[in-house]
Parts: sequence; structure tokens; C-alpha cells
Amino acid sequence: MIGLDDLGQMLDQLCPMSVVLDNTGHIRHTGSTLQKLRPDQILTGQRFLELVELSRPRAIGNMQELLARPASTLHLQFRDEPRTAFKGVLAPLPTGQGAVINLSFGISVLDAVRDYDLTSADFPASDLTIELLYLVEAKSAAMEASRKLNQRLQGAKIAAEEQAFTDTLTGLKNRRAMDHILARLIGAGTPFSLMHLDLDFFKSINDTMGHAAGDHVLQEAARIMVAQIRERDTAARVGGDEFVLIFDGLCDEIRLGQIAERLIGELEKPILFGGQPCRISASIGTVLAVGPTVLNAAQLLHDADLALYSAKRAGRSCHRFFRNGMDGPTFSEKHVSDEIADVA
Amino acid sequence: MHGLINRSIQSFTCHTYGHARWLAVTEAAGLNFSEFEAMLIYDEDLSRGVLTALSVELERDVTDVLEDLGTFLVSNPNVESLRRLLRFGGVNYTEFLHSLDDLPDRARLAVSDLNLPALELREHAAGHFSLTCQAGLQGFGSVMLGVLRAMADDYGALVVLAHYGGSNGTEVIDITLIESAWTEGRSFDLGTRIE
Repeated sequence: MIGLDDLGQMLDQLCPMSVVLDNTGHIRHTGSTLQKLRPDQILTGQRFLELVELSRPRAIGNMQELLARPASTLHLQFRDEPRTAFKGVLAPLPTGQGAVINLSFGISVLDAVRDYDLTSADFPASDLTIELLYLVEAKSAAMEASRKLNQRLQGAKIAAEEQAFTDTLTGLKNRRAMDHILARLIGAGTPFSLMHLDLDFFKSINDTMGHAAGDHVLQEAARIMVAQIRERDTAARVGGDEFVLIFDGLCDEIRLGQIAERLIGELEKPILFGGQPCRISASIGTVLAVGPTVLNAAQLLHDADLALYSAKRAGRSCHRFFRNGMDGPTFSEKHVSDEIADVA
Repeated sequence: MHGLINRSIQSFTCHTYGHARWLAVTEAAGLNFSEFEAMLIYDEDLSRGVLTALSVELERDVTDVLEDLGTFLVSNPNVESLRRLLRFGGVNYTEFLHSLDDLPDRARLAVSDLNLPALELREHAAGHFSLTCQAGLQGFGSVMLGVLRAMADDYGALVVLAHYGGSNGTEVIDITLIESAWTEGRSFDLGTRIE
């Protein structure tokens, strides 16, 4: 039979994190790496269960109970600081001579290597700890490179969105684009007209049939608007269900009235979503940008907004031109106060 | 070619010769951008073009530039992570040399789409080795020459290196280890966290 000294020497080479316990639970031999974790104490000779505390399996108070549980995974940690945690396996020695417990740092290996200044010489070549540490560092470096790429892409995406002129949902122009077009038309002094269009009953589609239905309705509504305007005109989505149409060079009230009626008529046709008809309509306020007065975009939008409110007040599905003397709240102001009332 | 390789060339040029010269290189190479992304894959010809333009810009042979790149990758404090990963290979220079056989596999373990040519170390006599770089990445031997030189410094070893072109695109580096503990070298601590 192998003697304790030979066994200890062998274990130092193969399992430097192991301990040999005698029948009374005292440490008879300490692996070289394990001893390195407590340089100020001599571990050999101490009672093992006074040195470490078992967290699993619980309720083990002495060596006999420990020996009765061979092959189960032990979870234990030092009783004193630093309270490094280990995993361990126990193999009993023959004929009641005690047992060998081999320990490993498990997942706490990163902290342990740092806390105890371990080097690759403290782990046998067959131990994968060094490979694990390598992998952790390599993956962290690769992850860092990926994270930087993601950050840069995110920044580029935000910048691109800020510069974009297109409403991504409908493919129409967005508010930014509308502002540019308005500024250009006003600057050039060409006559034009502006319609502010708000979908009626849209909110109830969203509420009862879901956002997917709502998105589909917005896309279909956008398609209808594009079909009703000319190439040189502009359709922009400027809010949730609000649109602005700009008619370049067109200030004929009769024709604009016809266009508005056609738009309302087309939008009132049921839009199918998943076999279900969605019914909406539209209210429209129109303002003409023509005449000697120098206009600004904010005033024009405000006037169109007043006309839209007037249309809404006349019942849904109406169209109104802006007239001097229209006042009261604009549609947008009313809209906001309605929403606040809804919430309240 | 993997973005990591392109990015290495960029960071070597910027740190050693300045950003302005890097911009001149990317312009001469006809790139429409000046920043390589480490985690994207680029066309092989693009990288070749950059190396050629760099060699012209610096008025030096491509092989010399690549050797400096290898040295830079290990010795520059800004790219400390690679030096650390290489130091995991062994506790001394000889062990490190033997670990080079695993280098392409280790690289793939970290970045799965990074394919480096196979490396083969032979020990001819005590302290006399040769490292064969298989074909696949033209100039890789020159980079490895720089890496081996810088890692010798890192371990504090005194070595003599010679670089030969082999047949069919393979490259061979002759390594003579004169003294493995010539200087103290740089310290290596397993548990240091990279911030």
C-alpha cells in the first residue's frame, strides 16, 4: 500500500489543491497550491471542517458524516477572510484511513488568481485554468472591440436619422423635410397652398385593433394621399395621424376643394387589415399662401391649424379654408387639451 | 481580410507615423474611408492595397514594415491585450515558442472568424528552433518575426532570428536562443484585469 508521503508527493503533482484527511478529519497533507492560499498558517494538522465551512451538502458536522457522502459535489468556503469558495470531490482512502478531497476554485477562479497572486506554475498542465483565464481575457478584448463597433454604429444611426427627410413608417416626407420645403417655397415667393389633414377615428383603430392595424392604416392613408397629389406636390407626416400636403403653384379654391373632397372620400373607404375593415375619415384645413403679404411658415401652419379645428367643429369628414377672423384654439391646441382630458 | 488585421495596420501607422500619414495612405490606396472596423471582414485586395501604399509612403520594404508591425503589436502599451494573451502561452520563452503551434487555434477560440496560417515549431537542437508559417497570409512570417523579437524582450530572453522565404508561400524563421534569462523581462501577472 502507498504511504502517506508518497501519496502526498503524487497529489502535489497531480492535484496541488487537494488535502488528505485522516479518520478524525484532521489534515494530514496539504497540496502546495492550497497551502499558498494561507501563507500565514500551517494547514496540515488543522481540523478540516474548522478551516472550511460546507454550504452543500448542509448539516455535515463531522468526518464520519462527510465520509458517508462520497462522490457528491462539495461546496465549501474558508471560514476566515478572504472567504474563497471552492468546489470539491471526496474519495475515501481504503480501510478507514481517511479520505482525499480535491478542491477547485470553480467559477471564483478569476478572483482567486488575483487575490492570491497565483501563476501558471500553481496549476498542473492538465488543469484548464490557464486556458480559462486566457479565454476570459480574449473574449473580453473581442467583446470590447464589438462594443466599440456597436457604439459607433449607434452614433452613425442616430446621426443618419437626424439627417433623414423620410418618415420611416409611411415613406412620406417627415416634419424636417416639410420645414425645408416650406422655407424654400416662401423664399422663392411662388404661390402655393397647404393642407393640414388629420385622420378621424384613427385612435379607436389603434385602441381596439392594435398598433399593427394602426400602422397599416397609416401606410394605406399615405398611399391614398400620394395618389391624389401631383409629382411636384409634397405629402408629409408631421405627427401620429397628422399630415401636411403642400401644393406647389396651386391656389385655386375650387380645385383644392375638389382634391380635399376626393381625399376624404378615398380615406373613408374601409381599409382591410387581417380581413377586418378599418373605417377612418379625415378632416382638412387649407390655407393659401398667395398675395402681397410676406408669409412665414409658422403663421401658415397656425392658420391651417385654425381651419382644421373649424373643420373638426363642423363635424368629422369636413374641409374648411382658412378665413381671416378665424380664431379660438387651433386644432393642435385642442388636440393636446383633449388628450390631457382623456388622461384625467 | 479580418478587420482586426486591418485595424492593426491602421493603429500601427497612426501611433508610429501619425494620423496625417495614415490618411495619405488610405487616399493613395483608394479607400473611401479612413477607419477600419476591427469586427468586420474586408476584401483581401483592400488590405494589400493599403500595405503597398504604406510601403510607398514610408519608402520602406513591405517586409520591414510588417516586422515593425509585429513588434508594435506586442510592445505598444495601447495594445497590451495581445501581449498578455501571448504570455499565457508559457512561463518562459521556450514554452512560449512551443505554444505557437496552438496560436491559430487560440486566435479562433477568441474570434471565431479570424483565420491565421498554421504555425509549426521544430526543435533542431537545444536552443535552436525553426518556425514554419504556412501559406495563406502573405507577409505573416514578417509579422511573426517582429512578434518573436518583441516577445523575447518581454521574457527577457536573448535570441538571434533569421527570416527565410520557403517554397509555395511558406515562410521559415530560424530561432537561436542564446540565453533564456538575459534580462528580467517584463512582469506578467495572470490575474490583472484589463480595464
